[in-house]
Amino acid sequence: MNYIRVQEADFDINAEYQAMREDNRDDGAIVFFVGQVREMNQGSQVTGLYLEHYPAMTEKSLQSIAEQARQRWPALNRIRLIHRVGQLHISDQIVFVAVSSSHREAAFDACHFIMDYLKNRAPFWKKETLKQGERWVEALQKDQDALDKW
Amino acid sequence: MKVLFFAQLRELLDCDSAELNIDLPASVSDVREALMAQFPDHAELLHSGKALVAVNQELMNNDQAIITATDEVAFFPPVTGG
Repeated sequence: MNYIRVQEADFDINAEYQAMREDNRDDGAIVFFVGQVREMNQGSQVTGLYLEHYPAMTEKSLQSIAEQARQRWPALNRIRLIHRVGQLHISDQIVFVAVSSSHREAAFDACHFIMDYLKNRAPFWKKETLKQGERWVEALQKDQDALDKW
Repeated sequence: MKVLFFAQLRELLDCDSAELNIDLPASVSDVREALMAQFPDHAELLHSGKALVAVNQELMNNDQAIITATDEVAFFPPVTGG
């Protein structure tokens, strides 16, 4: 089952983790990743972050990434993806990716794969607020290179 | 045909969509050229290395896809979510 949400509101890690565990007798492994807003980026102090997205495409893109993970790791059971949009602040949570599997290897790898693909394929754009004004975050070559390992 | 823009491309072109005069069906490559002709001051940002394209909300890996009148086409900068 792929559970996908794109929302302005914050999310509660414990509730999301419990949803991965609830009535789940099949899986021996749950791996999750949380991304949050960092204060320093590319040498500047960030005071806020605005996340724009392409609403008609966002969920479709995340579904497609989750399906690609399932094709690679058929042992995956639950996939839970939450991404926030709109105005965020320092230390706010941005993204949550959780995967469960019978054994840990598939869960570790699939969580990493999903984040690497999300970074390169899902239609989100960050605009940072700095003391000096605003700037769009530039996509990094290292994020693109991260796909090579898959 | 209508083309959608997002993020800094939307800001720099100063519109969230544009109407292009182009005969359909046409390739993504043709649409990109028409777009660069319509926004010559920002042609550099619309190049295949700079602006990604989605057709019917699906990211294209190259400019070969054929666009018809019912397709939704969007151009945007490399994504930076996560």
